[in-house]
Amino acid sequence: MKRISVLLCSGSACQSSGALAVKQALVQAIAQHDLGEEIQVVETGCMGPCELGPILLVYPDGTYYIRVKPADVEEIVVEHFLKGRPVRRLLWSAPAPEPRTIPFFARQKKIVLENCGQIDPEKVEEYIAVGGYEALAKVLTQMTPEEVIAEITRSGLRGRGGAGFPTGKKWEAVRTAKGNPKYVICNADEGDPGAFMDRAILEGDPHSVLEGMAIAAYAVGAEKGYIYVRAEYPLAVKRLEVAIAQARKLGLLGPRIFETPFSFDIELRIGAGAFVCGEETALIASIEGKRGEPRPRPPYPATSGLFGKPTLINNVETFANVRHIILRGADWFSQIGTNTSKGTKVFALAGQVKNTGLVEVPMGITLRELIFDVGGGVPEGREFKAVQIGGPSGGCLPASLLDVPIDYESLKQYGAIMGSGGVIVLDNTSCMVNVAKFFLEFTADESCGKCVPCRVGLRMMLAILEKITRGEGGEDDLVRLEELGRIIQSTALCGLGQTAPNPVLSTLRYFHEEYLAHIRDKACPAAVCPNLIYYEILADLCRACDLCRRACPTGAIQGKPRNPPYHIMQERCIRCGACAEACPFGAVVKRPGRKG
Amino acid sequence: MEKKAILEKFPRSPDVLLALLHALQRANPQNYLTHEDLELAAQYLGLPLSRVRDAVTFYTMFSLKPRGKHIIRVCASPNCHLAGAWSVLEELKGELGIDVGETTPDGLFTLECTSCLGVCGVAPVMMVDEEVVGNLTPLRAREVIRRIREGG
Repeated sequence: MKRISVLLCSGSACQSSGALAVKQALVQAIAQHDLGEEIQVVETGCMGPCELGPILLVYPDGTYYIRVKPADVEEIVVEHFLKGRPVRRLLWSAPAPEPRTIPFFARQKKIVLENCGQIDPEKVEEYIAVGGYEALAKVLTQMTPEEVIAEITRSGLRGRGGAGFPTGKKWEAVRTAKGNPKYVICNADEGDPGAFMDRAILEGDPHSVLEGMAIAAYAVGAEKGYIYVRAEYPLAVKRLEVAIAQARKLGLLGPRIFETPFSFDIELRIGAGAFVCGEETALIASIEGKRGEPRPRPPYPATSGLFGKPTLINNVETFANVRHIILRGADWFSQIGTNTSKGTKVFALAGQVKNTGLVEVPMGITLRELIFDVGGGVPEGREFKAVQIGGPSGGCLPASLLDVPIDYESLKQYGAIMGSGGVIVLDNTSCMVNVAKFFLEFTADESCGKCVPCRVGLRMMLAILEKITRGEGGEDDLVRLEELGRIIQSTALCGLGQTAPNPVLSTLRYFHEEYLAHIRDKACPAAVCPNLIYYEILADLCRACDLCRRACPTGAIQGKPRNPPYHIMQERCIRCGACAEACPFGAVVKRPGRKG
Repeated sequence: MEKKAILEKFPRSPDVLLALLHALQRANPQNYLTHEDLELAAQYLGLPLSRVRDAVTFYTMFSLKPRGKHIIRVCASPNCHLAGAWSVLEELKGELGIDVGETTPDGLFTLECTSCLGVCGVAPVMMVDEEVVGNLTPLRAREVIRRIREGG
């Protein structure tokens, strides 16, 4: 046992802000001070608060250091590790707090993310030391497959990938389906913009996913599993490769696991950049080496999936929940959450919110608690406007719905979905029409083209939105948008198309006035859409420094140096904003509407 | 590595097609799949060439035309968009003198947009080959490019 353990977050986000350079400096400094015997440095997965990285967590005292630079390391080693005085200027909040007292952590309940940021994901021994593979051992030696399925069913676990199908029911369907062999697939193709919980779990605790898959395979009667992971996640791919190799070496994957007749092995499959492959039938086609196009269901993968065989397909977070349910029991799990939504959900908080990053909260917590208590609310001086939840398949909910509890049914009722858990907070600087247009551009672009409603319908909706944001829309366009949206929802082939209109429909529902402002007043209230705003120079702030006039590409600014105020000729202005960027006094402002 | 050696690392089973194509593309210093590559893959896996092309043209990460030694992928997802990815992209276009989807004349860089990279906490983000670079500003993006140029 070492005197001090320094956990260094080396998730993708912290690596991108320089975590590996910090580690190098740390190892060097520890060696220089001859502390190698007393202090160990452990690279872990994501700790959650990504925008504060690189992050160090020092045990046994539980001190968090944030935004650490290689140059800070010497001071931490000398002051803290040698003299026992934490370096205050780098502390998350002084003095060294209990993690529980940091508001970001206080409302969270970590089950799936329990090990993320606490263990070295590249060492199976650390996973085993915290109870890893115990659930698999229990299942293989003490439970029948039917008992496993009954336990999962009783726990109330539902799919964490989006639609929320009861997991136990799915397992049962695959178990009873006719046909052999059977397959287990882990859908790690999370592509929803702004959702990164699966990446964090794969990078921070890959064995928990392997273990969940092995338990599922035992329950449904499969011997072969696939993990389909996005090529955009090279670090997750690497850590999975390491984890699979280690598990094989210890006999936790492969033939006759724990000396029982049960054999199971996992193969990694890497995607190649196609959002639609997150849809289960498209994903299966892609694993088969084909174009990732969805096909109509039924038949469902449970009866005819990979290579036409019965296939269980669950998402990363769903599998990561399994071992906890087996070890602690269905009763414990079903106490957490609401009547219909059990357990916790991991959310990726992003957008205009103070604390961005990865959080895990019990189901049933309200949006307000998630955004304001955990997320810390919107930045100073801004006003909360909406929360986009569920990505391009989800919807935008306004401030009046902040007290809606987060569970599958409530979110759906109000026009959003749980989705994979991306939460984007929007403040008064965001235009809702523009946000809807942005998501629709994404789905229209990612449409695979197989069915007409999605391929053509989304393009038509997009054309109408473009017209509105250019200031050329009419009120009948809103009727047409809604009608098109409903038709696409009910006729598209797969989940991508059926849910793609949601961002538009939900903004039409809650931000109707904003659409009308674009149409009737030719004004973008958030001052975002370039055709529906104008710039003006505030006479009392203008110092006539001439910078704006020089920055203007169209010669639209009039004025003489040292002779304020300057003036914008609206008919020449192309609203590029170069003048506002150039002005050191904040005298150039954007306004909604048109002038001149 | 010789192409034959790459092929032989894979079983002759049609479902490994994507992995095989990834490997062939990675082995090409110009980061793309040649017609010969497609023929080799088809022959090796016993598939019609049309089936291989069908798959290649579906996925955005495969290219049928030569690309730069380094591929810059700017995340174009909502979080990065909100955080200013647009101005980063404009800066890169200017610094490299190319548009999205193009390659610099010296064959060093290709500029692309990508779907969400899943590191939204440090948006805006880009990937330089396999390395994630976060908390971008136009200035920081330019520095990254210049550093690679100097390092060869």
